[in-house]
Amino acid sequence: MAEKYYAGIDVGSHSTEAVIIDDNKQQLSFSIIDTGLDGNAAAENALNLALAKIGINRENLNGIVATGYGRANVTNAGKQVTEITCHATGAHHIFPQAGTVIDMGGQDSKVIHIDENGQLVDFVMNDKCAAGTGRFLEVMAKRLGSDLDQFGNLALLSEQAVPISNTCTVFAESEVVSLLAKNHPRDQIIRGLHQAIVDRIWAQSQTVGIHGAVIMTGGVALNQGVIQLLEDKLKCELLVPPQPQIVGALGAALIAHRNFR
Amino acid sequence: MKDVGAPALIGLRELTRKKRSRSQSQLFGPPLECTNRLKEIMTRHYYLARFATGAKPVAWVTSGAPVELLRSFGFYTIYPENHGALVGAKKQGAAMCSIAESAGYSPDLCSYARIDLAHTLSGKTPTGRLPKPDLLFASNNICQTITYWFKAISYHYNIPLILFDTPYNYTELAQTDINYMVEQLQQMIPILEQASERKFNNSKFAEIVGRARETSLTWGAILATMRNSPAPMTIFETFFHLAPIVSLRGLPVAHDYYQILLTELEERVRDGIGATSREVKRLMWDNIAIWYKVRDHSIQFAEQGMNFVTATYTNAWAETTQHLDINNPFESMAKTYSLVILNNNLDYRLKLMQRLIQEYQVDGLVIHSARSCKPYSVGQYDIKRKLYQELKIPAVIIDGDITDERAYSDEQTKTRLDAFFEILGN
Repeated sequence: MAEKYYAGIDVGSHSTEAVIIDDNKQQLSFSIIDTGLDGNAAAENALNLALAKIGINRENLNGIVATGYGRANVTNAGKQVTEITCHATGAHHIFPQAGTVIDMGGQDSKVIHIDENGQLVDFVMNDKCAAGTGRFLEVMAKRLGSDLDQFGNLALLSEQAVPISNTCTVFAESEVVSLLAKNHPRDQIIRGLHQAIVDRIWAQSQTVGIHGAVIMTGGVALNQGVIQLLEDKLKCELLVPPQPQIVGALGAALIAHRNFR
Repeated sequence: MKDVGAPALIGLRELTRKKRSRSQSQLFGPPLECTNRLKEIMTRHYYLARFATGAKPVAWVTSGAPVELLRSFGFYTIYPENHGALVGAKKQGAAMCSIAESAGYSPDLCSYARIDLAHTLSGKTPTGRLPKPDLLFASNNICQTITYWFKAISYHYNIPLILFDTPYNYTELAQTDINYMVEQLQQMIPILEQASERKFNNSKFAEIVGRARETSLTWGAILATMRNSPAPMTIFETFFHLAPIVSLRGLPVAHDYYQILLTELEERVRDGIGATSREVKRLMWDNIAIWYKVRDHSIQFAEQGMNFVTATYTNAWAETTQHLDINNPFESMAKTYSLVILNNNLDYRLKLMQRLIQEYQVDGLVIHSARSCKPYSVGQYDIKRKLYQELKIPAVIIDGDITDERAYSDEQTKTRLDAFFEILGN
């Protein structure tokens, strides 16, 4: 009998990820691409890329689950599930002790409380504002002439932070320009920006509470500055999966496994 | 006189008849027959309002004001909040708000206030025309914004503002507070006599208080029919059927209407007719309606087999009326209007919600964090956490606004609601 495979696709505002797992829930392959303008095309491309890596044909997939903002437009998915449930499912699979999942993606951030079975109990998301998201960091990194993947490390170079009073991305950018004009050290401004984002996600986390082990997912989990400052603020260790961006897609693949076996 | 201002009834008609596709109409039970009668009543109310100036003394009144006293002097009453709801349901909220904003009012101000100020400044209204007020009658039992909003209107028209000040109940309502409120009510009489050119008539006043009590008790009985499963009405319908108890309270027309509605609902309960075809989960709504989204939400939840069976908002006009007493009208009015949900501490609100959850067998809670209504939206995260801890009731908070659709994001709300459906489906 042919092996069965399951796919999860997470179409986010910034990037699209696909994950393939087998019947034993083992992750076999993943892909990450830019979403671009066409979410459905991005979903197709990400899926084909992940399949090609392990030489599996589309026909061998038992089921596909789509998640993320573009989930409704993924025409080949058998089911659509929110990224909230998918991050919860993916995080629980990697870290069964998970009680809280902090997901910071391109345009939203969320704190998710899950029970011992990985089921969603409660969640909170940012309001209609990009502050506290990957987009905020991206805009600021660009303004301060840093590569995004180095931005977090720069925040840790200085012990001192210049306080950033605006959490609005647009206003914070103006504030940064003004701080640079006043000759504030760049590293301290960068640390201040990271502190602002951490303070915001911390406040969000307090509304659902911190339960059990805390897992950090989403692209922002690659930022060491955010991780370290958030650990200091929460006074606990954050567990970060090897590829934090694909946890949503992994969760979607696991839900496909549950639904389409 | 098509569509003359039946508050949000245009939305209700859409909700029950027009525009619903075949598949959508299968989601709901047969529409309530009373809806047409409701539309007639509210249309007539706004239509007659056009000709009230000069014929009757006109007052603009807030939803939590002790209107019974005013009615005994024969005032024709307009409720700017009700008018705001109408504007919102017609999706004209943002356009109206921007008129007020262009005059310098902050976008952070309550959108009911901005709409009312916009109407005052521009005369624009979907009702055709609202009568110019001779007097303003407000109570700060629902918010503090009212005070300054009505002061601005008072300044604009150069007319008196009567403000009924209800001290906030941090704990229990004290007798000293009751005395303070009774004194205010009594001090209003000579001012109202002067404005209306009528003498105060105690027996007429008592009659109106008695009728308001009966009407509110009937409204309570109407809501209580929704304790049945399936519930004979959705909360989205009650948002509209609320109009008479808010803005015609104390008048025979409101009293009579609710008798008819109650009879119809009792028949539906007897015949097992539900408002939605499938009622798998029963929900509670917190805060004022998102007027421009009522129809969309009613479909979205019905598709999931979920029906809203209670709301803190609609319950507000049934909750405290048992205190009204024709033998002691002043003191009983003070209690009635002081004990409303927004003039009470969070512990009171929590206990109220716990009681509603139990009485209506609620499975989940949708909390609208309304940008306009700070007093209603404060403490919602604490309440959500407490209700989960104590009753294991899952809840979701959606950000929005009562009438300003610019403060609402469809996509963000959809993700939150979908996740909430996933929690309830577990």
